[in-house]
Amino acid sequence: MSQPPFSNMFADIVGHTPYMKAIGVRYVGTGPDGVTLALPYRDDLVGDPETRVFASGVVTALLDNTCGMAVWDRINEFKPIATLDLRIDYMRPAMPDNELKATAKCYKLTRSVGFVRAFAYEVSSDDPVAAAQAAFIISNPALRAKA
Amino acid sequence: MSEDLSKLARKESCHPAQVLAGIPFAQYLGVYVELAGDELTAHLPFQDKLIGNPMIPALHGGVIGAFMEITAMAQLAFSEKFDHIPKPIDVTIQYLRSGKPVHTYARAVLNRVGRTVANVEVSAWQDQKHHPIATLQAHFLIG
Repeated sequence: MSQPPFSNMFADIVGHTPYMKAIGVRYVGTGPDGVTLALPYRDDLVGDPETRVFASGVVTALLDNTCGMAVWDRINEFKPIATLDLRIDYMRPAMPDNELKATAKCYKLTRSVGFVRAFAYEVSSDDPVAAAQAAFIISNPALRAKA
Repeated sequence: MSEDLSKLARKESCHPAQVLAGIPFAQYLGVYVELAGDELTAHLPFQDKLIGNPMIPALHGGVIGAFMEITAMAQLAFSEKFDHIPKPIDVTIQYLRSGKPVHTYARAVLNRVGRTVANVEVSAWQDQKHHPIATLQAHFLIG
């Protein structure tokens, strides 16, 4: 009998992350493409009132968080992780009044590092607002104790 | 391309506080700037809502990244007297230490400001400037 997937906890985890709660991020789901979070449009998270586009920093936070959860999905249990680096390419402005989604997949996992790719988009990841590449350090208390 | 085709018109002067006042999200985070001559330091006072991991507790990585992006934009607009907010092309963030739930500072250096692209580097710190919690490298579209 296998244990339930750790992704069952993701909605709760997002709900208990103060900053995610503050900007209004919600958990959408986990599938073969990875983990998806969504951020409904809000005027106070705008970067430029003239264009009413989400600030790039908002996209950064959404992508960072989604990438981290993709690592948890891949290891399928809770371990402390920390973002090592995060690169984001901004392809186009997000559309005002639209919910922004982010989908992240951990495509390679070693004992201590998770490598993740993610896209932020409104409708489809084929038409991205931004793309991210991230690396996460995974804490392994057992390994550390041995060393 | 002639100068007046530039998307980012230049002004006589540009106060970074005005730049930040024009970014609703900077207001949301509570970012403000301090000027000592032409040296700009950005401040991010701690707020509970900025926490990413309540168990440590640590600032959310996205907050630190956003704060450094805003610092880069403010420095660029200030030094180059832009009347628009520069748009990022790409940003790379290195996380060096977990951000404690305290006041955070950041300073930006303009490595190069070309005709279309500017390369900016930012360092963010808390209690010791020489122990940054994160650094950022970014390219902005300015032409």
